[in-house]
Amino acid sequence: MTNTDIIIHDEKDNVGVVVIEKITPNQDCNCWIMENDKSAKIQSINEIPLGHKIAMTDLKEGDALIKYGHDIGKVVKGIKKGEHVHVHNVKTKKW
Amino acid sequence: MEIAKSFLGYKRENGRAGTRNHVIILPVDDISNACAEAVANNIKGTIALPHSYGRLQFGADLDLHFRTMIGTGKNPNVAAVIVIGIEPKWTKKIVEAIAKTGKPVEGFSIEGVGDIDTIAKVSKKAQELSIWASEKQREECPISDLWISVKCGESDTTSGLASNPTVGNLMDKLEPLGVHLCFGETSELTGAETVCEKRGKTPEAQEKFKKTWNAYNDFILKEATDDLSESQPTAGNIAGGLTTIEEKAFGNFQKIGSRQFIDVLEPAEEPTKGKGLYFMDTSSAAAECVTLQAAGGFNIHLFPTGQGNIIGNPIEPVIKLTANPLTAKKMSEHIDVDVSKILSRQMNLDQAGDELIKATLRVANGRLTCAEALGHKEFVMTKLYRSA
Repeated sequence: MTNTDIIIHDEKDNVGVVVIEKITPNQDCNCWIMENDKSAKIQSINEIPLGHKIAMTDLKEGDALIKYGHDIGKVVKGIKKGEHVHVHNVKTKKW
Repeated sequence: MEIAKSFLGYKRENGRAGTRNHVIILPVDDISNACAEAVANNIKGTIALPHSYGRLQFGADLDLHFRTMIGTGKNPNVAAVIVIGIEPKWTKKIVEAIAKTGKPVEGFSIEGVGDIDTIAKVSKKAQELSIWASEKQREECPISDLWISVKCGESDTTSGLASNPTVGNLMDKLEPLGVHLCFGETSELTGAETVCEKRGKTPEAQEKFKKTWNAYNDFILKEATDDLSESQPTAGNIAGGLTTIEEKAFGNFQKIGSRQFIDVLEPAEEPTKGKGLYFMDTSSAAAECVTLQAAGGFNIHLFPTGQGNIIGNPIEPVIKLTANPLTAKKMSEHIDVDVSKILSRQMNLDQAGDELIKATLRVANGRLTCAEALGHKEFVMTKLYRSA
């Protein structure tokens, strides 16, 4: 089995989670989709640490971030495929 | 894996079974803590459960105080109880309710006596109960005598990916064997509340969940001064990669696997609808939540963590698991079960669930948890509002 760098919960998700200590800029990453046991590839833009998210597609302001197949927040600043996704570009829709 | 059908527990007078055999010195109120701690210091084999409240509370808040005190005393992990309060009336109320289990319980009040004579008198009784409890033996109990509560803390994305689903896998395997199960954390289901509501087994359970979550959310909206971004997710959650409360909620929700809940419990309420999964209305703060679940009668706790929460409870053993390889390495003295190999895909959820079941049974049989060995005894009462 090739090493898995990123795990994606659900095929509908537009983000994946880094599961190695970190990924470096321009790294070609192996992704595993838990829901259907499929594989995918993505090239990173930034360094992203363990547990943090990477965008699997380009996302624009106002888009919904999808993880677990569900809406987990809104994009507040455009995000490029392969970019780090976190509190600087996504906010809650609650509270 | 063939799951063991029994464990070695302490059979109690009311038919329940304990995984521990504690003699507790329970103060009714904050000002009785000193006496309770002095007695526990005098008499080996007893533990004091000091806390901050119990004076001038009223209404639902006072009801919750009594329910927590009484439920803690009734918990089958407790062999015998001594209750100490400043005044006799509330002390007696707690003693009488605990006595219904059939276990030894004695009450003492300090007013008109003073600390020193009370400590002397209580110490004599505590010594008698400690020696009595020390002769209790573990006996074979059916696995259905396990009442398992769950709560996660210092979560990160590895919690939702692996450690919480490991707990879910355990629930899926153990529920058919007749265990009681309990999850809580009302505020941390925010974002996943409609998905969670649909897991209610009956329309009544669904409705009750909806009402409970709405009440909590209304309270948060009323009291919040900003978007709660300093509290939910916590700084630790954010460092671990969790971005929003919705993301945290869907991760949290993985702990119940594919189970449905049969009823919604008030904080510290004992379940009465038989085996199966219950939702309890609790805060998401670790010590508050586990204290309420222990008071509801749960006798063993599973606690998945990402960044490394270190909580324990004085009467309910807290088993910690993590899927974060850095936490497993850097905070190994707090981690009972390491499931980080799920992330590198060297272990699957089925295997991780089996490992957790084995660890749970070993702790039920008497193995100390990391938190017990480190002396973690967080007993934290939930207070609903200001006292009168």
